[in-house]
Formats: sequence, C-alpha cells, structure tokens
Amino acid sequence: MDFLDIFMPAVWFVILALFLLLYVILDGFDLGVGILSLTSPTESQRSILMTSLGNVWDANETWLVLMGGALFGAFPLAYGTILKALYGPIYLMILGLILRAVAFEFRENAERKRPWNLMFGLGSVLAAAAQGVCLGTVLAGIPTDSQGHFTGSPWIWCNWSSLLVALTLIQGYVLIGSTYLILKTTGELQRLHRRTARLAAATTLAGALLITLATPFVSSTLKERIFDPQFLPVFVVLPLAGIALIVQLFRSLSLKQEVWPLVYTVLLFILSFAGLGLMVFPAIIPPSVTIFEAHASVSSLVFMLTFIGVLIPIMLFYNIYNYVAFSGKVPHPAEAE
Amino acid sequence: MNWLDNTLVLSRLQFALTAIFHMLWPVLSTGLAIFLVVLEGFWLRTHNPLYYRQARFWARLYVLNFGIGVASGLPMEFQFGTNWAPLSEFVGDFFGSVLGFEGAMAFMLEAGFLGIMLFGWNRVPPAIHFLATVMVAFGANLSVFWILSANSWLQTPAGGSFSEGHFHVQNYFAAINNPFMVRSVLHMSLATVETSMLVVAAVSCWWLLRRQAEAAMRAFFAFSLKLALVILLVVAPLQVLAGHESALQVAEHQPTKLAAIEGLWSNEPAGSSPAWTVLAAPDEDAGRNRWSLAVPGGFSWILEGRSSLSHEVRGLNSWPADQRPRMVGLLFYSFRLMAGIGIAITLLMALTVLLWWSRGLSAETMLALPWLGWAWILSAPAGYLAIEAGWVVRCVGRQPWTVYGQLRTSDAASQLPAAEVLASLSTFAVLYAVLLGCALWFGSRIIRRGPDLSLMPPAEPGHAAGAATNTALP
Repeated sequence: MDFLDIFMPAVWFVILALFLLLYVILDGFDLGVGILSLTSPTESQRSILMTSLGNVWDANETWLVLMGGALFGAFPLAYGTILKALYGPIYLMILGLILRAVAFEFRENAERKRPWNLMFGLGSVLAAAAQGVCLGTVLAGIPTDSQGHFTGSPWIWCNWSSLLVALTLIQGYVLIGSTYLILKTTGELQRLHRRTARLAAATTLAGALLITLATPFVSSTLKERIFDPQFLPVFVVLPLAGIALIVQLFRSLSLKQEVWPLVYTVLLFILSFAGLGLMVFPAIIPPSVTIFEAHASVSSLVFMLTFIGVLIPIMLFYNIYNYVAFSGKVPHPAEAE
Repeated sequence: MNWLDNTLVLSRLQFALTAIFHMLWPVLSTGLAIFLVVLEGFWLRTHNPLYYRQARFWARLYVLNFGIGVASGLPMEFQFGTNWAPLSEFVGDFFGSVLGFEGAMAFMLEAGFLGIMLFGWNRVPPAIHFLATVMVAFGANLSVFWILSANSWLQTPAGGSFSEGHFHVQNYFAAINNPFMVRSVLHMSLATVETSMLVVAAVSCWWLLRRQAEAAMRAFFAFSLKLALVILLVVAPLQVLAGHESALQVAEHQPTKLAAIEGLWSNEPAGSSPAWTVLAAPDEDAGRNRWSLAVPGGFSWILEGRSSLSHEVRGLNSWPADQRPRMVGLLFYSFRLMAGIGIAITLLMALTVLLWWSRGLSAETMLALPWLGWAWILSAPAGYLAIEAGWVVRCVGRQPWTVYGQLRTSDAASQLPAAEVLASLSTFAVLYAVLLGCALWFGSRIIRRGPDLSLMPPAEPGHAAGAATNTALP
C-alpha cells in the first residue's frame, strides 16, 4: 500500500505531463498556424493554411479537455486551487479558443471572409498568450494556505515574468506552426514559412534565454532546484542539448529540408518541457503542494488508470492514423473537392 | 441590485447560461450522427448517389454545429475548477474521474475520427470511412452516457460515503450505475435523436413547401422527411415512456423536486385521490397556489396508474424553507412545457404517418397541407425548448443541493471577487448572443442553398481500396 501511495500519484503526474506535452505540440502548431494566418498575403494561400488544420484541430484541442478531466480526477485539490488562482487567464484562453473555433467554421460558409480571418488569427494569439501567462504563473508559484487552498490576489498572474513566458510561448507556437507548414506546403508558401521559422527560432531562443536567466530571481524554490547538486548535471546537459538542436534546426532550414525542421522543433519542445517538469516535480501546485498531498484516493487513481491507461495507446493509434490518412502536401484549393 | 455583488448568484448564473447555450449543440452532434451512419450504410449497400448526397448535405449542418459544441464545452469543464473549487475537492474522486473517462473514451474518439468522416471521402477506403462515421456517432453517444452518469450521481449519489469534506468511493460501478443513471441516459439519448430528426423533418418540410423548388430537390427532401418519420415512429413514443419513467424515479428519490414540479404544497396521505394540477400560480411566500386549474382525482392516475395513492406524497410545506427548491413556478411550468412538447410531437408524428399511409407522402401532399409542413418546421425549435426545459427541471429542481442531500450549492462555490465573475459572465452573455445569431444565420444559409445534386460520389469503392473485387457492379 505504501508503495502505491507513492507510485500512483507519480504515474498520474507522468500521464498528465504526457497529455499536456501532446497538447502543447499538437495544438501548438495549430495555434501557430492560426497566428501565421494573419500574415497570409492572399485568400487562397490562407485557405491552404486553414485546410492544413481542417481534419486535426478538433482532436488537437481535445488533448486539453483530456488533460483537464484527468487533472480533475487525479488531483482534485490542484484542479480547484490552480484554476481558481488563474481565473482571469483561463477565461481569456477559453475566449480565444471559442473565437478561433467558431471563426473556423463560420469562415467556411461566409462570403466575406475578412472578419472571420481576423477573428481566427486574433483568437489564436489570445489563446496562446493566455496559456503562456498560466504557465508562467504556475512556475513562479501559487501561494496557498496549509490546506492547499489559494490565498493570493486575483491579479497574481499579472506580472512581467508571466508576460515574458507568454511572449516566448507565442514565438514557440509560431516556430512549430512554421515548420509544420514547411512540411505541408510548397512553393511560395513554403519559402515564406522558412523565413518565419528562422525568425521565430531566433526570438524563441532569445525568450528562452531570458526566462532561464530570470528564473532564479522569480522563485527561490526554482533557484534551489536548479542549483541542487543532485539535479545540476541535468540542468547543465539540457541547455547544451537545446543549443545543439537549435543549431541543427537552422542547418536544416538552410538545407531546405522539409521534415527535419519540424522534428527538431518537436524535440526542442520535449526538451524544454522535460526541463520545466524537472524544475517543479513533485510539486503539482508549485511551490509547496506536492502530488503526494493533492492526489485523489489511491483506489480512484488505480481505477482511472485501468480505464484511461488502456485507452492511451488506442487514442494515439487513431490520432496517428488521422495524420497518416492526410499525409502529404495540402492540395491547392482549386484542386481540392 | 444586490445579486451583482453576490459571487454565488453570479457563479450560478454563469453556469446556467453556459450550460443552456452549450446544450444546444451536442443535440445534433449525437442525434444527427446516427442519421449519418444510417445514410452512409444505405449508400454502401446500394451505391445509389442519392444516399451519398444526403450524407454530404446533412454533414454540412453537422460540422457547423460541432465546432460550436466543442468550443462551448470548454467553459463547462473548466468552471468546476474556477468557480466551484470546493465541489471539485469534495467530489473529485468520482466526478473528476468520470470527466476524465469522458474525455479519453468519448471526446477523443469523436474528434479523432471527425476529420476522416468530413474530408476523408477520397482518402480512405469506404469501409474505413464508414468506420469513422460509426466511431463519431459512437463517441458522441458515449459522452451522453458519461455526462448523464455524472449528473445522475449528483442527483442520487451512490457507491461510497461522505466524510471530512470528501466523497470516498467504495464501489465505482455502483457510483456509475447510480439509481438515476439508466433512465436518465435513455431519456437524454432519445431526446438527442428525436430533436435531430425534428431538425431533419423541419428542413425537409421547408423545402417541400417551396413552390419554386425543382423536382429533384423535392424528391431529395421527401426522402429525408420519410426517413426522419420512420425513426420518429420508434423514438417519439419511446421518449414519452422514458419521460414518464424519469418522473417516477424523481418521485422515488427526490420528493422535493416532485412536489415542486407538481405544485404540491401539502401532504397527500396514502389512500387519498388528490386532484392533478394542470395550471397554477404558485406563491412561495404563502406556501400555496394562488389559483389553479386541476383535474379531480387525476394525480394518482398519472403517478401510479390507479385511483388512489398507495403511499403518502409529501408537499413542499413539509420541508423547512432551506431544504426545498425555490423558483417553484419555473419548475412547474418547465416540466409542463417539456412534457407537453413531447406529447404534441408524438401526436404530430402519428397524424403524419396516418396521412402517409392513407394517401402517400410526397411533395404534393405537403403542398396541399401547408399547415402540416409548418407544424413540422415549428417542431424543431420546440424540441430544443423541451430539452432545455428538461435540464432546468433537473438541475434547478435539485436545489438547494449540488450533491443531493450532501453538499449545498452555497458550500460548493469558490470564494471569488464578484467583479471577476461578473466580468466573465457578461463576456459570455454578449459572446453567446452573437454566436447564436451567427450560427443561425450560417445554418440557414446552408439550408437555403440546399444539397449539391450534381455532386459525384468518390471513385468506385473497389478502385479506392486498390482491390480487384468489384465484380458485382450493377
């Protein structure tokens, strides 16, 4: 029983991290393409961008719904405390996601596409920014009482460090969106997004460096973790691997490769994600409430794992099938049926 | 304006608003999905392009509806954390797990196959495409199961015990299969299919009533009307039965709700034959109906099918004011609206089927009887109204409890600054009003444009699969 008390919350932390990672990568390129659609020179080019998302945007967004449900079930205390603390940015994110989803459907049926194009792009920016603010606030720490209930101000998310994370996340989404479009498009659009990818890679790198430098000043807990001798090797290796990946990314962009820029970007996302995860683990409400304090009953965790655990490979299978069925370049609007 | 700085009231209003708006969309996502499965099944069996064009046309309404459903579902989930954090902690062990299952089993299945269903006609073999359509329908209906199981658990909590501000699950299957579950899932599933068929019938009738519509269009919509009628022939009477069964389970498990929906203020002892109140003006302060219109001796017939009550039925006055629902008038009339619409639609269906049987159902019959077509057109909004009224009865009638008998709504709400909730509430109010208007506008455009009758089906199934088995061509 003692073993399960430690093992099950850790398993659920990993599953939640997996859902969140999948969401950040998949809806990341989705939101990134949404932001990039604001820069499309012509309507037919924008249509290609939208078509590249048509079959996947729903499923990509569903990873967020799944992450929410799993957090609610596995760590109810964290679900209540974190969402209550982030009331403002959570609703801004929902607003952004609603705006872009309905704009996507309305645009298909509209003759005047301009207002819906704007709504789709700005909704994507808003959702991405709000997610960055949430991430930044959680990393910096959410003040709680001894019961794990939120005690801070409703404006806790309004500060420069959250803003910095938000701006960087937008850059990151634009980067992964650009590399996705390099894979899915040809000709002029592909050349355009090679340029945006190069630009976004540079701004993301700058943001990531600033965040790394700022971290020790924002949270003493994070500072201790980074300089903890046990973890120090990891926090030395991770940035070095990151730099290697960035170099590879620029190289593959120069070589006009189609698949590798996306691969390197995804690896960069995984790397950053692992770094952030290691900085907070085992806290689920940083800085002080751990997964061992916030989890649902162990029997609940076991029960959920039997259901959801079996489904994870199945979900991955049909999601991958969806991408395979639509693999290759997005057809030109005139050729599409 | 006291309620403007009352967080509890604002959070409840926000939940009500977002739930009422959200509920408009899953109706077609679940019900129409089954219709699409039937159409595609016909198409695969017969290779008649009509069925293919039917599937493509109704799918266009489906996808418009689906996007708004997904988007408006997000605040439903996240509100449990943002506005109802104490509830999340109290019931997380069970309620949270169920929402997790729903995401993994139902939503992902639906979303993962939707792209193939909508855009994959030329990309995957017909059998895989059919599988995708079936999975979309299956996923949508699974989410009805999980949501209704979770909501039923709030109505009749089972499978564990409450202590130290937590629900501890002892038996998950008993909690999922709580007393309300089976009949509630059935009632809601039937409601989505019934209302979806009402939408199909309404759109079809609107086209059949257009004198300038060409013959091919008329044939197209005469077919969809008949198919919807055939499905309604089964579903509508079943729904009346399921509704009655749901009311009986309310009588058994939630006596306060029963008393409110029947406008019953004083106890009715066993053996008595009280009147059944049809219309009334409930007065909560006085604890009676100001006036009422009643059928003498009718109550026991409706409740038990016999001339006198077999056991006592309690009236609202027998509970302290803080243990029974308020807004009795709303509950009383919402229930009547829902039940009345359910019965009226069954009668309309019976009448139309009789007509079909006696003189055939074609565009000409509909043109000769415009009132019949208009009755069907009006039945679509009526179906939605019945669903919303049903949810009002279900959730307002559960008050003052969030978890019936265990957790008060006032204890389930987060302590938030009222201004914060007011800001999100008013944003939703404005946004949803605009979205509803736009959705109706674009929906009516799709309907007015009608199906593309020149649309050619994808290349012969045999070719697409790359197999050499297409020998049985007509």
